Order: sequence, then structure tokens, then C-alpha cells
Amino acid sequence: MVEEEGFQRYLAHAILWIGIAIVAFPVYLAIVASTQDNAVIANGQMSLLPGGHFLETYYQTLFVGTSGSTREPVLNMMLNSLIMALLIAVGKIAISIISAYAIVYFRFPFRMAIFWTIFITLMLPVEVRIYPTYKIVADLHLLDSYAGLSLPLIASATATLLFRQFFMTVPDELLEASRIDGAGPFRFFWDTLLPLSRTNMAALFVILFILGWNQYLWPLLITTRDDMQTIQVGIRKMITTTDALTEWPVVMATALLAMLPPVFVVVVMQKLFVRGLVETEK
Amino acid sequence: MANVTLRSVRKTYPGGFEAIKGVDVDVGDGQFCVLVGPSGCGKSTLLRMVAGLETITGGEIDIGGRVVNQVEPADRDIAMVFQNYALYPHMSVYNNMAYGLRNRGMAEAEIRTRVEEAARVLELSPMLERKPRQLSGGQRQRVAMGRAIVRQPKVFLFDEPLSNLDAKLRIAMRVEIRKLQRRLNTTSIYVTHDQLEAMTLADILVVMNGGQVEQIGNPLDIYQKPATTFVASFIGAPPMNLMPLRSDELTSQIAGADGAGIVGIRPEDFVITGETASGGVALGLTVEAIEHVGAETFVYGSRRREEQGVAANPGELPPGEVIVRVPGTTGPAIGERIRAVAPRDKLHLFTADGRKRVGP
Amino acid sequence: MQKQAIFQSKLLPYALVAPQLAIVLIFFYWPAAQAVIQSFLLQDAFGLSTSFVWFENYLELFKDPAYFAAIVRTFAFSFAIAVSSLSFALLLAVMADKPLRGSTLYRTLLIWPYAVAPPVVGVLWVFMLHPSLGVLSRYLRAMGVDWNPLLDGDQAAALIILAAAWKQISYNFLFFLAGLQSIPKSVIEAAAIDGARPMRRFWTVIFPLLSPTIFFLLVINIVYAFFDTFGIIDTMTRGGPGKATETLVYKVYTDGLLGGNLGSSAAQSVILMVIVVVLTGIQFRFVERKVTY
Repeated sequence: MVEEEGFQRYLAHAILWIGIAIVAFPVYLAIVASTQDNAVIANGQMSLLPGGHFLETYYQTLFVGTSGSTREPVLNMMLNSLIMALLIAVGKIAISIISAYAIVYFRFPFRMAIFWTIFITLMLPVEVRIYPTYKIVADLHLLDSYAGLSLPLIASATATLLFRQFFMTVPDELLEASRIDGAGPFRFFWDTLLPLSRTNMAALFVILFILGWNQYLWPLLITTRDDMQTIQVGIRKMITTTDALTEWPVVMATALLAMLPPVFVVVVMQKLFVRGLVETEK
Repeated sequence: MANVTLRSVRKTYPGGFEAIKGVDVDVGDGQFCVLVGPSGCGKSTLLRMVAGLETITGGEIDIGGRVVNQVEPADRDIAMVFQNYALYPHMSVYNNMAYGLRNRGMAEAEIRTRVEEAARVLELSPMLERKPRQLSGGQRQRVAMGRAIVRQPKVFLFDEPLSNLDAKLRIAMRVEIRKLQRRLNTTSIYVTHDQLEAMTLADILVVMNGGQVEQIGNPLDIYQKPATTFVASFIGAPPMNLMPLRSDELTSQIAGADGAGIVGIRPEDFVITGETASGGVALGLTVEAIEHVGAETFVYGSRRREEQGVAANPGELPPGEVIVRVPGTTGPAIGERIRAVAPRDKLHLFTADGRKRVGP
Repeated sequence: MQKQAIFQSKLLPYALVAPQLAIVLIFFYWPAAQAVIQSFLLQDAFGLSTSFVWFENYLELFKDPAYFAAIVRTFAFSFAIAVSSLSFALLLAVMADKPLRGSTLYRTLLIWPYAVAPPVVGVLWVFMLHPSLGVLSRYLRAMGVDWNPLLDGDQAAALIILAAAWKQISYNFLFFLAGLQSIPKSVIEAAAIDGARPMRRFWTVIFPLLSPTIFFLLVINIVYAFFDTFGIIDTMTRGGPGKATETLVYKVYTDGLLGGNLGSSAAQSVILMVIVVVLTGIQFRFVERKVTY
């Protein structure tokens, strides 16, 4: 590498720290606000240092909820979000890996037609077909259900394409060796292909979990019962009331709780996350 | 134990490409058969058809008295060693070898005995718990062998198993494979493009070209009496010198060459001498290059009409390059003119199209 | 490209694709088809009769100045978000690509906002810049800015763009960093030997080599701005004040909520689909070129 001079290096450090500060500031503010008294905040007198209401605020947020119209404990919302995110991630991986397996390792009539049928879904996010999908989910009596929350979001091709791409790189000889070793389609899938796909599955899981957890428009539309709210929907409802009544410490605590699981996943499983992000965009 | 018989086996791909154009081979029980030929000659395809990895378009493949055309690979009682070894990357060495046995429902105790015995023979015992990526190329190769051995199959199939190893290891493994096969006395079919490997390993050598068998026989017979010019130039290194004959030049030098259009002489059958050859061939050469290999020396000479001062025989062959092998390190100098003589009984005569041997 | 080694089975492959095919057909093709059909129909006020009206719904939309304004606004938002986020992320990535001490720490500290959901982003920013209680609003007012995004449409738009760009920084940063790291060091060293100073090296060597990444990110960011800003807008401004922050997706949502014109709403969905398909098409062509080049 070309050597950097001293000044250049300090400049780089400085710019990066400024960037980090810009990125972190709103979150810092949320942390501070979640530990202060609502009355002080509402007066516009908020201090930039943490206050003393930490336990109180988080206890109320997790187990009681706001005192306003939606009195749903955030813990319950988080549980809903968790279930939805897991269903989306696991469901998508499960149905994608077996369909990719069929498409790569079998020859059958309409194989390419099926592949394209799945492939085209890559192009259209749920937002563009939101009301017709809503109507179908309503017709199937899936409103306010976990199935209704997750199924329409599973209908996409990213994971299928990723697995297909990966399977193509698995050497043919591995299948041939398995066949000579007496393994049929199920055994080969279970004993060889699945263990080899572990890293890919993990990377995909990380990305899909984050995407699932962060879903907003779809849950907003199809959940009407308070106890089925996800945390993203819940937080929006907390500031629906007129400004004066918004309980900002609780809102900020909820915001922080809403970002905690996905941020945790990104930071702790950084390698898998980066890999998953790059692979799914290919 | 079993013999393997191929009866007019054919393979045509859906696109119409004829990969195997009718092959008959009979490998006796416990024999080591080597399929050799240039890349694309169909040798691997043929092996994979025996394994059951490729469908058979025509003819019959018979293993141990049973036609296996429609039999699944797993049920043919064969084991295969792949060029890239195809080890299961996520399984330990032990499990790589045990997998096929488990799939057949063998008792774990019996599996353990077999795997440990194979590991002992192949000197893999300390590595049974390692993953393939922690092994060297040679060790991986031995694991692939082990996976085949533990099965105690009727037939071993080898698909260029040594081509991913470096030269030194390749020779060592070649000897090991041969010793192992002798000891187990298991019928084996081995594919390679390396003629030296083929010569040293084979009980029966099958030389293939363009989806057809050029010649079958024991390696020395093939070396001494190649049936076609293809075999003549493919087996032996450096290759046999092949020179077209003109009818008017035949009479004086080569006796009994009726119908021959090509004469072949191996580099080692030449003698550099001043004497004439009765019934044989004498060539006048200008030395162009010399390769010292140590035990022997290869002389590359060119024959040119205008330089007939050296050998003015009327039966002089047409221009071209000739390789002459000289034992030891002494040889002519570059630019020197020499006379290379080969006796009559060392000449190989072929028809002009090279498809048929003429005479003995 | 196809595999040579395969299994033979008549029914198994169908069983394996069946779950995904079923979900895709029910939750993707069926609603998409309904949207298309619906967009050609006109329903009377009581929902008693429907008639096939060809492209009337579409024509109505394009004659509607509000819709036209939403299109312009959406594209303007998209470009503003993409350009601001991309340039800031590129600056950070170039700095983080230098062999600095603590570069992995920098990366970790810069990528986590990817995981923050749009509505949460909206909440964080609305709190920070709230006209009456926002911490930053104090400073803005102290500087003499009449800051009130709840009333001033331009300020509301700026707020949305800022928040949306903020969220996208980490994503762009990651891809830029990967792009920078894939540039062979020897090329940069060669430029240095050729006498190019650092700034010149960046603009004449690194930037051109990075252009595929930039183009790729531009498309991704525009698609992001189209759809993922919904959560930000919904928590920050609800499309207001007036319609100053109403994007196409937001309009589909609110028009649908009001429940009025089904045909028009469907037509809007179809137009969105077409836009996405065009954008993805551009991206695919680009990906293809990347492969062959």
C-alpha cells in the first residue's frame, strides 16, 4: 500500500469519528430521552446527559405499555415481531432450499417454466401489490394471524436464487460419490448438501431475520388487534396521539428495544451479515 | 471378485454426439485394466458407464456375470476413486470412509474394523478424525482410496486418480496402488492419459481414440507390436518416429514391406554407426538439438535431401525430424552429421492410412 | 448452465417445488393479476356494478395533477436521498479503506444503522428535530432558522431526505468498502509511481474503477427510496404537511385506506410495478455486463 503521511492519517481518523458521531447521535439522544422525565422533554428542556428514570421507563415500556389508547406491553410486541421474523426467515429458507434442490438436481417437465415463475417474483416487493394481497389474505381469514403476517413475505425468489447459485458450485463428483455410496436424493440432501450449505443458510438467516423484524407496511395493514401488533407498528401508534400526550421516554425506549435485536445480530454476526448482504444482492 | 465384460458398448449423447462407438473389452477376475488415450477419447465416459453414472445407449456391461445396464451405481458392487477425490468436505476421514457402509446398514462394529484396517494399510490411522481440508493432496488421495477399499467391492474404478498430485508423489502412489491391488486381488479399471502410468500399472491395456478401441493387450505386446500408428505414437516416450514411405524407395531398403505406406522406428532402436543396414533403414541426419536426461541422451536430427553426402542410399526417406536415443551421456555434437541405422526386425510397418499394421 | 450429475425421479421434484410454487402463486401472482384486472375496471359508487373501461383509470391518473406531482416528488426524493447518502458513504469508505489502526472497529460502528427499521428511523429523527421539543431544533432556531417541518413542506421534505439518507449510509458504506478493497493495490501503487498525488489518484484511478459499484448502488438506493421510505414518512409526516411528502407508495396506501376508487388504486399499483420492473431491468442489464466484462 502507498504510505499515507501523518496529516492524512489524522484527517482520516477525524472524518471517520465525525461520521460515527453523525450516525450515532440520534440513537444517543434516544438513550438519553428514555431515561428522563416526560414533562421535562415536553417542555423542550431536555438535557443531553442521561437522567435517572431508566428502570422506571423500561419497566413501564416492557410490561405495561403507554398510558394512552394502546396499552400493549412492548414485550408482547417484541414477541410478535420475533415470531414473524423467525417464520419469515426459517420459512423462506426451508421452501427455497428444497425448490432450488429440485431445480438444480432433477430434470423434469416444466422445470424452466417453474424456475422463471419463481424468479419473476424477485422483481416486485410486497408494497406494490399491497391491497390485492390484503384482500386475498382477508379472504383466507388470515388477518391478525402469524400466517397472514409471514406468508406473503415468504413469496420471493432471493433465497431460491442464492441456493441455486451455491448448488451449481458443488462439484458433480460429490453427488456421484454419494450415489456409489448408496445415497438416494433424500440422503444426499440431508447428509451432504445441507451440511455444505450451512454457512449460506446462516448468512441468509441473518439478513432475512433483520428484514422480517423490520417489516412495517404489511403488518400495519393486516393487524387490527392490539395483541397482534409488531413492535414497528406499535411504536407508530404510540405517537399517534396528539403531541402533548406522547410519552416520549416510552417511545424512545420502544425505539431502542425495536432496534436492539437486529443491531445485535449485525454487530455480533458481522461476518455472516456482510456475506449475506453481498450474496443476496448479487 | 468378478470379471467385467463390455459387449459392443455405445454411448450417444442427446445432441447426437457419439462418445463411445462400440467397445468390447473383457477384464478377467483380479486383473488390472488400464484405459488410456488422449483427452476426449471417451475413456472416462466408458468408466462412468461401468460405474452407472452415465446411461448406456447400446450394448451390455456385465459385472460378475450380471448385466448391470439398468442397475443403480450403489447396487453394482463397485467403488470409485475420483480425479478430484470427491471427499465429503464436512465429514471426518473416518466418516468419509464409513458413509457408504452406513448407508448399507452395516453394523457399526464391523464398520470400525474395516475403516481401521484400511487406515492402517494406507497409513491414515493418526488422521481419522481430521477433515479433508486439513490433509495434504497425497493424504486426500489415500482417503479416497480408503473409501473404496472398505467397501470390499467386486470392482475398483479409478478416474485419473493421480493427476492432481505432483510428479514425485504420483510415482510413489502409482507403486502403492499397484501393490494394494495385487494384495487385495480386486478387479480394477483405471483411466489415465499418462502412457507411463498405463504401461506400469496395466495387466491389460486398452488404448482408446475417438470413442473406439485402437488396441487391447498386455502393455509390452502393445509396445512391441502397436496395431496402428496412433498406438505407436501414443505409447512410448519420446514417441516412435513415423515416416511415410514412397513406393519407389521401398524396394532396396525394406524387404517384405508389401502394402506398407508408413514405417515406424522407436528412438531407442537406432544405432549411430558407419555401417549399412541390411534389410533395415539407414538415415542421414544433421543434429539439430540434444537433450541430456542423464541415463540417456536424445538426439534430434533432420533429414534433408540436399545433404545426402552422408548417406547416399537410394532408399533414403523423405525429409523430416527424427529422434534418436543414445545410451549414456556421450553423443554427437550439434551440427554434426550422423548415420542412424535401424535393423529390419525393429521396423514397424503400417498401411498408408495408419489404421493397420503390416507384417509381423 | 446445467448440472450433469442429477437424480432420476418423476414425482419428487414436483413435491419439492410445490410449497414455494403454491405460496408464490397465491400471494404473488394472484394479487398481481387482480391488480392488473382491477385497474381496467370501474366500479359504481355503491359497488353494485363494474364495467370494463380499458385505460380510463390510467388516463384519469395522468390527468390528475396531484398524481403527477407525486411522481415528480418521488423521483426527486429518490435522487436526493441516493446522492447525499452515496457521497457521504463514499467519503467514509475511502477513509476506512486506508490502513488505519482500528479499521475493523470503525466498520462495526458504521454498519449497524442498516438494522434500524424505517419507522424507528422516523421516530428518532422526528424526536431530534421536533419543532417544539427537538434538541437540534433549539440550535436551528438559535441560528435564526424558522424551523417547523410540521407546517413547512420544504422543511418536511428535507427532514425525510435526511432521515432516509442517514439510514442508507451504512449499506452504501459496506458496498463501497468492498468495492474499494477489490481494487488491486498494485494499480494504486502504479499510479503513485506514475506521480499521481492522492487526490488525483482518487479521481483518475479509484473512482473510475469504482463506477460499477456506484451505478449498482444508485439503482438500489432509488428502489430503496421508493419503498422503504414508507415507514419513515408514515412516522414522521404522514405525507404532510398538505401533500408535501407524499410519495407514490404512500399515495397508494392512503388512497386505499380511504377505500374510494378501487380501479384507480389498482392502476397506481400497476404503474408502481412497471417502474420497479424497469429499474430492476436496468440493474440486471448492468449485472450481466459486469459478468461479461
